[in-house]
Amino acid sequence: MTTDVPGPKLSRREFNKTMVVGAAASAGSSWMAFAETSPADAQATSVNAMDVVFNVNGQTRRLLVDPRTTLLDALREHLGLTGTKKGCDHGQCGACTAIVDGKRINTCLSLAVMHEGSEVTTIEGLGSVDDLHPMQAAFIAHDGYQCGYCTPGQILSAVATLQEIGAGIPSAATVDVAQPPAATAEEIRERMSGNLCRCAAYPNIIAAITHVQKGRG
Amino acid sequence: MKPFTYERATSPAQAAAMLAARPGARVIAGGTNLLDLMKLQIEAPAHLVDVNGIGLDRIEPIGAGGLLIGATVRNTDLAAHELVRQRYGVLTRALVAGASGQLRNRATTAGNLMQRTRCPYFYGTAMACNKREPGSGCDAREGVSTHLAILGTSAACIATHPSDMAVAMRALDAVVHVTGTYGERRIPIADFHRLPGDTPEIETDLRPGEIITAVELPAPLGGRHVYRKVRERASYAFATVSVALVAHIDGSRVAIERLAFGGLAAKPWRLEAAEQRGFGAPRDVARDAATVALQSARPTALNAYKVELAQRALHAALIDAQEQTR
Repeated sequence: MTTDVPGPKLSRREFNKTMVVGAAASAGSSWMAFAETSPADAQATSVNAMDVVFNVNGQTRRLLVDPRTTLLDALREHLGLTGTKKGCDHGQCGACTAIVDGKRINTCLSLAVMHEGSEVTTIEGLGSVDDLHPMQAAFIAHDGYQCGYCTPGQILSAVATLQEIGAGIPSAATVDVAQPPAATAEEIRERMSGNLCRCAAYPNIIAAITHVQKGRG
Repeated sequence: MKPFTYERATSPAQAAAMLAARPGARVIAGGTNLLDLMKLQIEAPAHLVDVNGIGLDRIEPIGAGGLLIGATVRNTDLAAHELVRQRYGVLTRALVAGASGQLRNRATTAGNLMQRTRCPYFYGTAMACNKREPGSGCDAREGVSTHLAILGTSAACIATHPSDMAVAMRALDAVVHVTGTYGERRIPIADFHRLPGDTPEIETDLRPGEIITAVELPAPLGGRHVYRKVRERASYAFATVSVALVAHIDGSRVAIERLAFGGLAAKPWRLEAAEQRGFGAPRDVARDAATVALQSARPTALNAYKVELAQRALHAALIDAQEQTR
């Protein structure tokens, strides 16, 4: 018996471009059909369910969630923003990294109800296929991924890493913590240690981040 | 996770009242440790009191040159604070040695003190653990104890405290401010964490219904500040042994002003007996201090290496102090 796989055939590089921008290429309408019978509805009937309102990628979103719902699950299961990945679900891998109120966090270790009024930026809000964020373009140019699963988290973390160096936040690689840190490869590597890549694309990830950092001057 | 209810407090007094009103309630701030444990059902609170909005997120200078750090100040913000970087370098260095950038952005000062052990037998719910299930026994003693404690252990428990921040705070003689329905009190960090004894499930001096409001740092000590952490990978791992050190330099000789070890016990292990004993060569100072520190060590066969490693880590930390340019 043969099984036909529907949908366009993508090369690895083309597929990974969709990972870099967090877009599920052909899932737009079918996602919504799935969402209607998703855990979101089951949780809305929880006796403990609570309202929470936060802003995701510039849009105000109101959700009714069980308090157990992590920010990660709210993004993925309730809002259909599956660019933010669930890896370990225990704060060890960084695949779920998003920028919340200007800071990168592990969305798997935060409850949605703790984010009333928060501003959340996910990979879907960073750039689009037609208008890539410079970090997204650099990851493509430097081949900063293989399977692509950790890539959205890597990119959000990379954007925040350069912001943190710019803001003078020290790291374990900072030689003199009384002075502002320098944007060296050692600093970038240390600051990216919360994002694991099982394909070990690390050299190209560092190259991509360094490229963006140098472009800023 | 087991089901729970959730509410947000708006003041420290209200948070303490909310905690006291609901048996099985827990405080949540960063959530980076508690939610991990709740997913594993090692923690199963019936109610969470969110203290992120109770106004304890500031760092303020206090009389005599000290600093008052609010309970919900994030680890990143504390490490990056100008006065901490300039005057309490050992604290900044300890903070950035811990966890990852993402976790430090969320983890709080009080939460860091309150975090639970990373002993694999505490996490492994199929194993016996007196801390997780009092009276069940300790499988760690005869198990893989490689990373576990060598000082202050008991028959009931050989877990370590995982914090880096607390080790630096112990060296700095920090004071923990708490409030509860019966009023406020101040606990020297020396007395805040408990050794296991027969009740390893009781980890701190905090009483039911009490919450931490701040951590006070006394006036700066001067000297050179070092935090040396030994771990199995270069970043993002808990300490096998760590050293928080404030030292003075005189040419090629060094003197210990303050010294505390992490990774060796259920609390930061301060070494007052090795402090202020004068200048000497780093190797000699490290040997003498480690001899004092480790004479009461009771390691297992698998973690006896920590005795020598602690001495070598201290030696390396003293050389770090010499090599600091300021």
